[in-house]
Amino acid sequence: MSTPRPRISPQSIHKIAQLAKLSVSDAESDQLAAAFGETLEVIDHLRQADVADIPPTHQVTGLENVWRDDVVNDEQSLSQSAALANAAHTHQGYFVVPAILNHKTRQDQPDNEPSP
Amino acid sequence: MTSLKTPSLPNRLTIAQALELLRAKQLSHQELYQALRQQISQSNDQLNVYLAQEPEAEEIAHRYADLPLKGLPLAVKDNFSTQRLVTTASSKILDAYRPPYESTVTRRLQQAGGVVLGKTNLDAWAHGSSTETSDFGRSLNPRNTEYLPGGSSGGSAAAVAADLCLGSIGSETAGSIRQPASWCGVVGLKPSYGRVSRYGVVPMGSSLDSPGPITKTVEDAALLLNAMAGHDPLDATTSPQAVPDFTRALGQSIKGFKIGVLYLDTPGLEEVAPVYHHQLQVLSELGAELEPASGLEPRLAISVYTVVQRGEVSSNLAKLDGIRYGRDRSYFGGEAKRRILLGTFTLSKGYADKYYVLAQQVRTLFVQDFERLFQRYDVLVSPSTPGYAKKIGASEGATMFGELEDMLAEPSSITGLPGVSVPCYRDEASNLYLGLNVVAPMWREDLVIQVADAFERHTPWNCWRSPDWARSAHADNNRSPNHD
Repeated sequence: MSTPRPRISPQSIHKIAQLAKLSVSDAESDQLAAAFGETLEVIDHLRQADVADIPPTHQVTGLENVWRDDVVNDEQSLSQSAALANAAHTHQGYFVVPAILNHKTRQDQPDNEPSP
Repeated sequence: MTSLKTPSLPNRLTIAQALELLRAKQLSHQELYQALRQQISQSNDQLNVYLAQEPEAEEIAHRYADLPLKGLPLAVKDNFSTQRLVTTASSKILDAYRPPYESTVTRRLQQAGGVVLGKTNLDAWAHGSSTETSDFGRSLNPRNTEYLPGGSSGGSAAAVAADLCLGSIGSETAGSIRQPASWCGVVGLKPSYGRVSRYGVVPMGSSLDSPGPITKTVEDAALLLNAMAGHDPLDATTSPQAVPDFTRALGQSIKGFKIGVLYLDTPGLEEVAPVYHHQLQVLSELGAELEPASGLEPRLAISVYTVVQRGEVSSNLAKLDGIRYGRDRSYFGGEAKRRILLGTFTLSKGYADKYYVLAQQVRTLFVQDFERLFQRYDVLVSPSTPGYAKKIGASEGATMFGELEDMLAEPSSITGLPGVSVPCYRDEASNLYLGLNVVAPMWREDLVIQVADAFERHTPWNCWRSPDWARSAHADNNRSPNHD
């Protein structure tokens, strides 16, 4: 019963948020750190269980390595217009994606514009 | 089946009753759909059940008249992809998303003659047990609108309780069918994991998610499960196990059944335990042998579930980048953020063994524990939830709200077992219900249906099966004296 309550710092929350591609404000990170502590306390009950020689359960159906033929299923295929129908931005039949390269790396662009 | 008078309010019919009346031409689609439209226009604004409605439901119903479900109107949780209706998972990220394909569940229901009347509210991404995390506002419990309907399939349970459909579809990861069914005084059946296809269901915990029916009676749940269940080549986790006709389990004796009673001595259940002890006597009177059973602590299942579910959430929601569909990740609500971050943390380098693998090992302990219990018992029964529905606002600021409310369903969820919640008591003062959770071994939905159906037929708690009897039996100290 002497296990200390696990703590996650707001800095760690920012780091995890970066991994999860979420933006978190400073105010949020404080709240999230508190919620993390509460949740980790619950999770820590797991340590009371004796799991020596117990294998993990990843599935409960008994099915493993389910294969299908490597063929195109027309029913599951989308037309180009159906595939693009829900995209916020398209261009000549393509999805438009945010730039992932910094303007700074390109010689022909000014480097004082924020990247999107 | 009792013979029916021509109903004055056809939306109050059960699926079985409506099928019988349609067959006998004592009910028309027009009457049925008109009654539903009227009821929906009266109460949907207040209850906030439907997020989208099918404008041509009645026309579609006419086309389905000769199919087994004869064009009956069903409400579907808004995490099932439907090509005709926007599918949001109650999240702003998907608030304009029109799926380019149909979920297997809704496709099969339509092939059987079910009409998707509308899409129901849920906790955003099905993260929660209250509908209070929905980006489109909470739903209310039709039994008492000061209370929550539960969740995450709260809209589907409320739609049934308020007669805004004849039956509905929900999905359960851990309690999300049975808990709202219990709170709303309706029947909720969670099939074995792998019995019903997840194809086209917005994923939450992929090793746990189980679509299932939420209905007015156990009989209706069996009818809908018949239409939904079975192997699907589009979901590799569905089982090739043969699917029986679940309606054959209806009306059968449970004499000689060995039933283990779980969790009544769990701390926090002191208030409701005596009610359950009293109601469970019905099963003994029907010839079943009941005895107290002890299983692994349900609180330990919360820990397993929390780790497994958060991990699976973080990887499932990673694909939402706002490029091919939906909005970008800045639109995630607080609950989704918390879950994604915790899952990312427990799956990250150095922590995966400490948390994720350990949780999966403890999951094995639960599998083994149920194997031990089912050597002795045919089915296990327990309260579906630790108590009655909670008041509006109860989930706010409570990080582990859902896990605590779903605690009694979680052991059977992490092990994939089938279970059904059937109404087992109504509190006269609040008009709120308690549910009895019946759990059976993998693939034995027939057993949970058999026991829940027997219980339902011999108790007054189902307000559709025998409303007049229910009212008089209430005055008669809560239980009908005439068991057969």
